[in-house]
Amino acid sequence: MKGEQAHREARGWFNRPTKPYTYPYWGGILLGIVLFLAFLIPGTGLGASGALAAVGAFIVDIIAPGHVDRTPILAHLAGGHKNPFSSWLIPLVIGMIIGGFVSGVIGGRAKWETTRGPRISDKTRWVLAFVGGFIFVYGARMARGCTSGQALTGGAVLSAGSWAIMMAIFAGAYALAYFLRNVWN
Amino acid sequence: MAPFPLTLSKPLLYVVLLILGFGFGFALETSGFNYAPNLAAQFYFKDTRVLKVMFTAIIVAMVLVFLAVETFVLDYSLIWVPPTYLWPGILGGLIMGVGFIIGGYCPGTSMVAAVTGKIDGIFFVLGGIAGCITFSETERFFHYFYNDSYYGRLTLMDVFHLPIGVVVLLVLFMAFFMFWISEKLEQRFGGKDPAQESRLRYAVALVILLAGVGVLLIGDPTPERGWAHIAPQKQPLLENRSVYIHPGEVLKYIDDDTVAVELIDVRDDAAYNLFHLYWAKHVPLARIDTIVPTLAKNPYADSTLVVVMSNDETLATEAWKHLVGGNVPNVYIMDGGLNHWLEVFGEEDGLEPLPGPFADEELHFRIPQAKGDGFAASQPWWHHYKDVLQFTPKVKLQRKKAPTGGGCG
Repeated sequence: MKGEQAHREARGWFNRPTKPYTYPYWGGILLGIVLFLAFLIPGTGLGASGALAAVGAFIVDIIAPGHVDRTPILAHLAGGHKNPFSSWLIPLVIGMIIGGFVSGVIGGRAKWETTRGPRISDKTRWVLAFVGGFIFVYGARMARGCTSGQALTGGAVLSAGSWAIMMAIFAGAYALAYFLRNVWN
Repeated sequence: MAPFPLTLSKPLLYVVLLILGFGFGFALETSGFNYAPNLAAQFYFKDTRVLKVMFTAIIVAMVLVFLAVETFVLDYSLIWVPPTYLWPGILGGLIMGVGFIIGGYCPGTSMVAAVTGKIDGIFFVLGGIAGCITFSETERFFHYFYNDSYYGRLTLMDVFHLPIGVVVLLVLFMAFFMFWISEKLEQRFGGKDPAQESRLRYAVALVILLAGVGVLLIGDPTPERGWAHIAPQKQPLLENRSVYIHPGEVLKYIDDDTVAVELIDVRDDAAYNLFHLYWAKHVPLARIDTIVPTLAKNPYADSTLVVVMSNDETLATEAWKHLVGGNVPNVYIMDGGLNHWLEVFGEEDGLEPLPGPFADEELHFRIPQAKGDGFAASQPWWHHYKDVLQFTPKVKLQRKKAPTGGGCG
């Protein structure tokens, strides 16, 4: 017990007391103001899944550059000499990662762990997270944006298609929730 | 013109995006979105923070954006509004929902989870990259579906034919209703104590509601209001006549293949049927606002010259104010109107000049027969005139700020 204590202290600033998460409405107001500024200043709104697309295109471009040039969706991101990381989303997502990390450290919530429901093992959770990520981003590519780029961004500026997508996301998740109740509860 | 959004060049733009991203990530983490069971709890009504945070963010940003748009601080045509591809969007959304409940994150939250040490977040990100690559490789099998049901930049205002303020208030009421239901459900399924909720949230909701009422009261940024707003800057252009262009210059641009010309004839039906230019589009002044959105959104506005005309200049100048007030770039008025045009190009038709004095907007020539665009003067040939006509060229095609490409897709 004592050794464990020392080990935790050695981890320095990761040893902060864990603070609870912010009251949801206040978190939402903060997010809303950031979203508004993203329209006011650069006019872009927010986004996230496009950064994963850039990473994907980058990987394929290393392995098979010719293939990138022949695949319309990839060529759009990394065709020819195009750098997939030249998108405006990349600095945004780098900032997002830093901001999330800082907030996590301040709140004492940045620590190695696997977040899961009580009835499944860590390994099951990892597999499900991988599969879920695969499915989610596949859908995000089809819908041309995820919860950030469509639901938040398009929702706030009242894009008709984004509202349809937002409803579909909730519908899809609620439709399957019953069958996965043992995973999460 | 509205000062925002700003046109930023590369290094500064990246700094701004980095800071915005920092706020984005901070908000996601502090709201508990880096902890998958928090997100999944939404779908069992135990903790509905996903809905609360998302919809609070949407309504706060929405109210602020449209207040800025209606007060001409922010140009709505220059901000990113995700275009609507209805069916791929809905199917993609359903797939995302499935991925959400299986994986417990969405792309943004998974990256924040990964960076705060959640191992499952790292797996979600890796799965996401694999999903991306797979999508790129399989898109060819449903390429037509993926690009189908395209409606362009379609807003809820367009769909329901409602003013911005009404849509904003409806969204606010819907959001407040969902918050209320969510809190009830949380108490029932999540065992939450209603006494734990902050009382302050009612005050905040009231402020947001009042801002929404403000959006309704200020009203849509119509071309008329737009003109009232920019008149101080643009009125001098009328006074020094720099936007009145000679008929010869109009004809020169009609002949120029590198510039598209939109000729808009704003007279009434009778005057239009009597005589008009071959290339003219007939939009009576009363209906001029109906073409403003199309012209303002024209992706080739940089190389499109818009010329409004009437018999004299009064109606055309009125139309010009609407187009300019509605943010249409490169709009000019035919100097001296069609009377001037007929003076310059009417010779071949042998039209008899009428004796003056003339009332404003009265035609100075007798047109024996309503032939519409059947006159020689309806489509004169530039090469007959280019060496004989004398005029001062005034057209300077302006580059319009283009919306920065947004969207994560």
